[in-house]
Amino acid sequence: MRNIATSRLAFAVAGALTLAAGAAMADEEADLVINGETEMTVRTDAPAHLQDALDTIYSGWVFRNDDTQMMQADDFDNPGMIFVDQAMDAWAAVDGSEGKSCASCHEGPESMAGVSATYPKWVETAGEVRTTWQQINDCRENRMGAKPWKITGGDMVAMQALLAVQSRGMPVNVAIDGPGAETWEKGKEIYYTRYGQLELSCANCHEDNYGNYIRADHLSQGQINGFPTYRLKNAKLNAVQARFEGCIRDTRAEPFKAGSPEFVALEMYVASRGNGLSVEGPSVRN
Amino acid sequence: MRSLKVTLAAVLLTAGAAVAEDVAPEKVVFDEYGAVETSLTGVPGDPEAGREVMSSKKIGNCIACHAVAQLSDVPFHGEVGPELSWTGESRTEAELRGILVNSKKTFEGTIMPAYYKTSGYIRPGEGFTSKPAQEPLPPLLSAQQIEDTIAFLMTLKDQ
Ligand code: HEC
Ligand code: HEC
Repeated sequence: MRNIATSRLAFAVAGALTLAAGAAMADEEADLVINGETEMTVRTDAPAHLQDALDTIYSGWVFRNDDTQMMQADDFDNPGMIFVDQAMDAWAAVDGSEGKSCASCHEGPESMAGVSATYPKWVETAGEVRTTWQQINDCRENRMGAKPWKITGGDMVAMQALLAVQSRGMPVNVAIDGPGAETWEKGKEIYYTRYGQLELSCANCHEDNYGNYIRADHLSQGQINGFPTYRLKNAKLNAVQARFEGCIRDTRAEPFKAGSPEFVALEMYVASRGNGLSVEGPSVRN
Repeated sequence: MRSLKVTLAAVLLTAGAAVAEDVAPEKVVFDEYGAVETSLTGVPGDPEAGREVMSSKKIGNCIACHAVAQLSDVPFHGEVGPELSWTGESRTEAELRGILVNSKKTFEGTIMPAYYKTSGYIRPGEGFTSKPAQEPLPPLLSAQQIEDTIAFLMTLKDQ
């Protein structure tokens, strides 16, 4: 009796696997080398602060299907790069009352190397933890006399993609100690809170179940080293905090707003879970 | 005549909303293992309706997390929860009722949502709209949908 049940179980599991395979399985062992030259760290030891929860951290790239993986391996195939080109123009374009562009103060975008790898971080002059969009809008408003960009809007996300490219391949290295530690703790608490009528936390899906399918979705660790991400689903670049809003909405909850202190804290915490993975943005996801 | 009709309709509506015979979510009695002995409606479940509850993304969407061999005609079964293809052999109706009403009473801290619960949520939203919702919320499944799902789960066995 028990044996029959067991063998039936094996059969049914195989059935489920076949179904999953129908959805085009990911090659979870694949390595990512961009343009045949920039080697990316898509899997590595978990940072010390995570070691009681995870041994290894993985880029979301690992869990995507072969076609999506390949699109990111070559800049000519990566639709996100179009927005990087647009941001190059914006970088040099004078805007606002002061007659300045980004280039007036920062020279070329390569001066931004390392920025995406370490943000969100404590900014001493501001006395708070900030994400790159806060710094970008600070420059726009206070140095250029220009209107701030919408946090998850096209201009902002494209500029973040341009910044990410400058750090591409560098390891994410978000500080969790020092004056930002309190914000980091707050982000951690949000990560483990079970929101909404479905009572699900980020950890329920991305820590306890990465690698598993949830209906047709192959769950990743919900890392943000690849942001901004070009999603095939909506054919545009997507901001980190827009993704957070979507994931919390899907628990039948009222998400925090993009730009809220809660999401800045969560972004800092989630970024630090990826310490050691390569900055990948703009990445390609489904 | 017209006003009589309206009154009658109103009475029927009220009766429908209160659903006199249903055990209300906050009145459900669990035993020490999290099982619920008493039917929520007193009306036997319809396994065909239960099959729909489990398969449909718009209703229970149980196969988002569970693989069920008997539902192999429906695409994309999840891997988050255990296989349910033998549930009818291994579980009693009372156990299943408890797991559906609020699985956390059976499996502490489980990821599985509670399907017949109306309050105690953090930042609850109105469905998937991102808008805030006031508790008590409508439960994820109605009392009869729970009974229907139990009836379907009881058919999952060696035939
Ligand atoms: C009900 C399950 C569920 C919950 C809860 C959930 N997510 Fe997700 N999340 C998904 C799915 C499905 C995807 C798309 C596939 C993937 O990358 O995992 C996703 C994708 C993501 C991504 C994109 C990863 C990439 O590589 O592009 C991030 C970032 C993310 N989630 C963060 C979070 C955070 C932070 C929370 C909590 C605030 C959260 N998620 C809660 C299901 C969930
Ligand atoms: C978000 C994931 C998720 C969803 C959705 C879900 N379940 Fe579950 N379910 C689980 C997990 C995980 C367990 C295992 C309990 C544990 O140890 O946490 C479980 C356990 C069960 C069990 C007990 C299995 C056994 O015999 O031990 C039954 C029966 C069950 N679920 C039925 C359902 C039904 C019916 C639905 C939909 C109305 C449903 N589940 C929806 C995750 C889920």
